[in-house]
Amino acid sequence: MTLENWLPALILLSSLLPGLLIFFLAEERHKTRTILNLGGALIKVALVLVMVGGVFAGRSYESRLTLLPGMDLVLNADALSVLLVTLSAGLWLVTTVYAIGYLEDSPHRSRFFGFFSLCVTSAMGVAMAGNMLTFLMFFELLTLSTYPLVVHRGTPEARRAGRIYLAYTLIGGAALLLGVVWLRVLVGPLDFTETGLLADHAGLDPNALRFIFILLVGGMAVKAALVPLHGWLPQAMVAPAPVSALLHAVAVVKAGAFGIVRVVYDVYGVEFSAELGLLAPLAAVAAVTIVYGSVRALYQDSLKKRLAFSTVSQVSYIVLGTAILGPVASVGGMVHLVHQGLMKITLFFCAGNLAETLGIHRVQEMNGVGRRMPYTMAAFTIGALGMIGVPPLAGFVSKWYLAAGGLDAGQGWVVFVLMASSLLNAGYFLPILYRAWFLPASVPWPRERAMPGRFETHWMLLWPPVITAVLVVLAGVLAAAPFSPLEWAQLIARREYGL
Amino acid sequence: MNPGDWLAHWWPGLLLGPALLGGALAFVWPRLGFALGQGVALLNALAAVLLVWRVAVGGPLAHAAGGWPAPLGIGLRLDGLAVLMVLAAALVAWAGALNARSYFRAHGQAPEGFWPLWLFLMAALNGLFISADLFNLYVMLELTGLAAVGLVVLGGGTDSLAAALRYLLVGLGGSLCYLLGVGLMYGAYGTVDLPLLASQASGPALGAALALMTAGLFFKAGIFPFHFWLPPAHGGAPAPVSAMLSALVVEAAFYLLMRLWLELAPLSLAELALPVSGVLGSAAVVWGAVNALRAERLKLMIAYSTVSQLGYLFLALPLMPLAGAAIWSGAALLVLSHALAKGALFLGAGTVLNVVGHDRIRGLNGLAQRLPLTVAVFVLAAVSLIGLPPSGGFLAKWLLLNGAIAQGQWWAVAVLLVGSVLAGAYMFRVLGRCFTYGHTGGREPGVALAAQWPAFGLAAAAVALGLAGSWVGALALAGSPFEGDALLGVAP
Amino acid sequence: MTLSLLYASAGVLLFCLGLFALAVRPHLLHKILALNVAGAGAFLVYLGLAYRGGGAAADPAPQAMVLTGIVVAVSTTALALALALRLGRATGRMELPDGSADR
Repeated sequence: MTLENWLPALILLSSLLPGLLIFFLAEERHKTRTILNLGGALIKVALVLVMVGGVFAGRSYESRLTLLPGMDLVLNADALSVLLVTLSAGLWLVTTVYAIGYLEDSPHRSRFFGFFSLCVTSAMGVAMAGNMLTFLMFFELLTLSTYPLVVHRGTPEARRAGRIYLAYTLIGGAALLLGVVWLRVLVGPLDFTETGLLADHAGLDPNALRFIFILLVGGMAVKAALVPLHGWLPQAMVAPAPVSALLHAVAVVKAGAFGIVRVVYDVYGVEFSAELGLLAPLAAVAAVTIVYGSVRALYQDSLKKRLAFSTVSQVSYIVLGTAILGPVASVGGMVHLVHQGLMKITLFFCAGNLAETLGIHRVQEMNGVGRRMPYTMAAFTIGALGMIGVPPLAGFVSKWYLAAGGLDAGQGWVVFVLMASSLLNAGYFLPILYRAWFLPASVPWPRERAMPGRFETHWMLLWPPVITAVLVVLAGVLAAAPFSPLEWAQLIARREYGL
Repeated sequence: MNPGDWLAHWWPGLLLGPALLGGALAFVWPRLGFALGQGVALLNALAAVLLVWRVAVGGPLAHAAGGWPAPLGIGLRLDGLAVLMVLAAALVAWAGALNARSYFRAHGQAPEGFWPLWLFLMAALNGLFISADLFNLYVMLELTGLAAVGLVVLGGGTDSLAAALRYLLVGLGGSLCYLLGVGLMYGAYGTVDLPLLASQASGPALGAALALMTAGLFFKAGIFPFHFWLPPAHGGAPAPVSAMLSALVVEAAFYLLMRLWLELAPLSLAELALPVSGVLGSAAVVWGAVNALRAERLKLMIAYSTVSQLGYLFLALPLMPLAGAAIWSGAALLVLSHALAKGALFLGAGTVLNVVGHDRIRGLNGLAQRLPLTVAVFVLAAVSLIGLPPSGGFLAKWLLLNGAIAQGQWWAVAVLLVGSVLAGAYMFRVLGRCFTYGHTGGREPGVALAAQWPAFGLAAAAVALGLAGSWVGALALAGSPFEGDALLGVAP
Repeated sequence: MTLSLLYASAGVLLFCLGLFALAVRPHLLHKILALNVAGAGAFLVYLGLAYRGGGAAADPAPQAMVLTGIVVAVSTTALALALALRLGRATGRMELPDGSADR
């Protein structure tokens, strides 16, 4: 009964309890809801900071609950989970502020914020899961809690997107379940270990293991939107902007990519995966996804859809980094886990601002918007340049390590994939920036709304993207500083490879 | 005398007495019906909780009725599985009783005969769960069937009448098969006491008797292709009645099958005969789910979902003799979580029917704004029925999958997974409607919370069961043929 | 022994006849009668098995069971008749409507 045993559980509860309370709040209780939301988010950030400090100092945290004999619900904090937990906690705080501003006056806020909190709780659970069972539970809970958010608009289009989302994720979940139970039957409790839990089990049928790997990674690839399982993601952008931001940056897509990292490193072990011949196909799928997503993004006129295809492409950087044997590429993949989250959430916040303030949904409508909303578009520009990989922004760091890792592992083709992707990134982002800054405005805007206050839009909508854009810059510039995402990723890679 | 001993002696009276007495009184004085119904349902729930505690702490209980031991007397027993069934029945019956008042208020008041029949049904189910005597089980099956048919008739209208009559005829046909099987059993072994038979019975007569009894129970459980009577009966009855029927009455028949095949049948016979159950169960899973997807009315959809979910249980039966403990506990968890979730769904559907005026699924747009609590019931129940974590249904499915994989029964694995995805499809077909904006007003005024809270309690319990799985699984094994086995093994 | 077997076989025959009629006869009264025939068959099996041959007294347990069974059969028949009558009055036909169109 010490802090070490309770901290992970408390981190979950800090969003779970407010979420459950919010469900029962009447719609008009605006102030109470805001206090619960922000209070939960702040407490969570504080608890996470305590945990980060503890893990850095070498303490280990673990909460455990036995569901069935030999089947424990385990939450713990290793270096890898801390990476995602910190990202989620920080971005949740920002997104909560943004969502409160975004959904002002819109109906069904209690329901929205209830599920929103559940969604973050599940993302936290995914991050801190200490074994496959726990991971699976929160992974499925994430499906469930995001569905109402995707269909929140209640339009036929939203319902269709929700149906597609469910069809993909439920079938993926079934595959994942089968893989987990099967592996459980073969090797017993599936607690993650830093060099791979299968390292302790010799003499298992390699074909069965290969098939299980396909089931596990396939189930997660649905959420990570690997081609050809990405079909739901561009549809799901009908959700409100804060949801898209969360879905693309920290919750669903990230949970899938994170799961793949877990399976490769902590279940199979990266060397053993390579031995089974599983990494090369995974790297190939990731590479195809990277290029395919970028190409599709080129042709999207809807801003959010373009961003969605960009996510398809960018998340696969993480998978690519994981699938290349060698610590340098791993660092690139894991640091991109954080960097992609920061950049993508900035872009989605900005897209939401344009839609809410000026009614802009399509790239064509963005002419001259830079002068009307300079702060928003400055943040957008930083995010976009980061995605392209312009130094010294965050995206550059990720791409640098991925390319170096590819060369290090003797797989030079990775560099070509990255170059092609960067060119395509530039191809679909630079025209947007050009339109926004250099073309004359096509006033009147599609549907301009007067916002209170002296800023270009409501302050709760403006500050979140500005803050995350600053973080994108800092993550790149201060990459070598202690506690930077890069430093942390290197720490993880050292542990995973037992260096 | 300490309280534990008192319980050990009087537990059958505690389970049967209040319900029987209350039922008789409610019949004689219909005006007392409501008060008796509420009081006895509460008392029964408390008794069930008390007995769960007693069995969990002190192990299974046995009792010889009237002091006559078997083979002449009637044996009663309360092991882990039985007490869990008693608990499920008591909880659903209590929630149903709480809900019934507001449900029937829309039609004035509960129809005459509702409360006596409700209480008789509770007594009969309790009697069925605790009997360890094949002939007494026949009587309890008939009593259950009679009370259930009477309750279905209360749905009013010709459809309910026809559904009830069909239910009665099918049920009676099934009981007669069972009865003949019991006769053969007695003729061959000179006793109908389950524990005695378990130690003595073997040979061809056992096979013939079991086959007859099983055939009868297949009809009663409504397993595919004998399910034709089930959807109209469960879909047409008043909602609290549907809850009780779908949650417990059909599962009671499965409960008996579980006892018969795992306590009486030798392994060789089980291996020969049970694949039939597996095939029928698989077909039921898919057939029920497909029809649930096509159903246009909510209650009929839920009834077809019962057909599908029952399929899981029959699917598990052939896996049980070998993967013992895991599947036994898994089946117990499944029965329990299905009972709670299904009861909640039907009670919720009743609220929808009363408030919206119909239960056509197409017309449920925007229900989440009108009846948020009831939609929450649907969501929680869906979590458990689909088998999503952390519900009881998830743990149950995990255990079944575990057993199936460990035995290399890949067909069962495939059916379990396909069934889950289909369950997701039919549940979210309804939920998707509920979350659409079709209703501009706010919450529906004047809907008694008393109508919604019991259902919410059941649904929440079905989900929370997942966190108590360790305890429930262990309790289910108390007194079972697999007592002491490890729940989750690793394949050799 | 042979006598008891004769009774039992006759009982099984009656039982099968009854179930067959239950399945194929559409008229509700026929169905209810068929159930009673099948029930009588089952009881006959019990009584046949109770016979212990020669001058020995018959086994009383099956007889007690048959008595219980008859009580059950009487009450179920009564319920079935009442329901059939109501259905007949409501629909004008003593048959179960075709339920296959339910959805």
